[in-house]
Amino acid sequence: MSNSVLKISNVNKTFGGLKALTNINLNIEKGKVHAIIGPNGAGKSTLLNVCIGLLAPDTGEVLFDNKNIVGKQAHEINQMGLVRVFQTPEIFADLTLLENVMIPALAKRDGAFKLTISRGLADETDIMKEAVDVLASIGMQDKVYEIAGSMSRGDKRRLELAMCLIQHPKLLLLDEPTAGMARHDTNQTIELLKKIKEGGMTKIIIEHDMHVVFSVADTISVLARGKIIATGTPDEIKGNPIVQEAYLGGGE
Amino acid sequence: MQIEKKRSNLFVMAIFTIAVLSMPIWLSPLGANYPDLLQKFAIFGIFAIGYNILFGLTGYLSFGHAIFIGVGSYTAVWSFKLLSMNAIPAIIFGTLLAGIIAALVGYVSLRRSGIYFSILTLAFAQMFYNLAYSVLTPLTNGETGLTIAADDPRVLDRLFSDVATGGGLPSTELFGISMSGYSGFYFTAVLLILAFFISLKIFNSPFGLKLKAIKSNQHRMKYTGYNTRPYLITAFVISGMFAGLAGSLMAVTDPLAGAERMQWTASGEVVLMTILGGVGTLYGPLFGVAIIKYLENIFSAVNEAVLQSFFSFAPQWLNDALVVVITPFVGEGWHLTLGLMFMVVVIFLPGGVTEGFQKLTAKFKKSDKQNEIKQGGE
Repeated sequence: MSNSVLKISNVNKTFGGLKALTNINLNIEKGKVHAIIGPNGAGKSTLLNVCIGLLAPDTGEVLFDNKNIVGKQAHEINQMGLVRVFQTPEIFADLTLLENVMIPALAKRDGAFKLTISRGLADETDIMKEAVDVLASIGMQDKVYEIAGSMSRGDKRRLELAMCLIQHPKLLLLDEPTAGMARHDTNQTIELLKKIKEGGMTKIIIEHDMHVVFSVADTISVLARGKIIATGTPDEIKGNPIVQEAYLGGGE
Repeated sequence: MQIEKKRSNLFVMAIFTIAVLSMPIWLSPLGANYPDLLQKFAIFGIFAIGYNILFGLTGYLSFGHAIFIGVGSYTAVWSFKLLSMNAIPAIIFGTLLAGIIAALVGYVSLRRSGIYFSILTLAFAQMFYNLAYSVLTPLTNGETGLTIAADDPRVLDRLFSDVATGGGLPSTELFGISMSGYSGFYFTAVLLILAFFISLKIFNSPFGLKLKAIKSNQHRMKYTGYNTRPYLITAFVISGMFAGLAGSLMAVTDPLAGAERMQWTASGEVVLMTILGGVGTLYGPLFGVAIIKYLENIFSAVNEAVLQSFFSFAPQWLNDALVVVITPFVGEGWHLTLGLMFMVVVIFLPGGVTEGFQKLTAKFKKSDKQNEIKQGGE
């Protein structure tokens, strides 16, 4: 019980007449990488929005760190330690890489609102050092003063990941971290995800690239037509006939 | 690096202080060294610097900042009437009340962003402007405008000295120093330097960075753990207080207040200044103020006779032709020049005059490098 970071119990959600999620139960354990896979329209995005408290389920509850997060605002959820990466990279395109990473570090330290003008940005040497270190961990230590908007898509994604990592979240939520990436970029991202995994950070990955999922996940849940049809280790999922039929293309 | 940064801030402030205080000297070749215009430079400089903290840093385009100019002016005149002709209480009350009104206007307007925010501020501006002519007439004296009178209470003045009753109207002062002419300019200049210092501090602070980040991507900002609303309201209130200070200084240099200061065109003017100079840059708004106020005062004074003498070197027919062509752009037509200039800047230099400077210096550096390479080759 105490090992659970995120606990979703009996969640149902309908949009008009459409049952988007039916009786979802998920338990994300501390230190584990939990992947959620499923074909298009299976309800992955809805589930993700429920996980971060953005969408209130019709029934059931979502507990993060044993606290109910339904209806909480985005910044409150972030401050609780649940941090997300978006499907299309959401970064501060007009600012430098260093500033992009310093901003989340300041949020972690200062909270949701703090008015500081007496202390200059140049005095924040600790935050700056931390930011440079995180940028170095994604191989961008030479680009700290470049403007983020001018980078390639793959680099923007890695930057966004770095922005999340500097906050040391209790749970990191990744929404298709390799969508639209070239093979080379995907492999680089997998390496990065593996590296983070060694650090013991709890993660949920929503992904459709099986290569990515089987490389990094400890547990996989398969979502189809709004229901979780199987949960297990990568090997169990690979061998599960229901999953094969529903998703992995058993018919081929 | 830390020490270097601090020193450079100090250096910037030193240069700025010298530049502002010596304006009467270096502006004389341009014919712009008379106190009235210098005061305008300083006052509108404060207004634009404050406006830039909202528009430049957060990207929220307000069409309502003239409200705070108006509030500052009226409050200052009331301070002259009720308390004292001293400028200090006038600017303190003017700035504070503008801040309170800004908090109210900002609280409502900042519920929306983008064009909806702009429209809300415009609505507020129109509302205050019309209120000044109707419901608030007891406070604003309607179309006549609020002025000081010889028999005003001026409680503090009467308390500390026996004010001579009768005689002419009293004039604004700072502990005995008259607030008109050059001394008035130096008083506004000191406040401009202070305002610039605060702006510099904000630009270089974590708070300023967070405001820039809101402009860049507010969505990400929320998911990064920031409650963006208090940040925006703070920026709005700060810029409103700068405007209130500017408004009260208008009353200090000339103790009357009229509702036309709150008209939306006055709010539009500060938008023009900021964009023309360079939105979101530290110095840009000041360039914008200088250009617009200079043109307004110098270009608008040029008339046919001046043009004729200017082109007197040319043969008569050419002189006539030039005068006919140029006349619409000067004198009362100076707005045409301003409009054309604004279009040229927005189309070719979206970053304002500041971007122009940067491009020029970059070009010079480049050609310098090329020269070096050439020389090295030879």
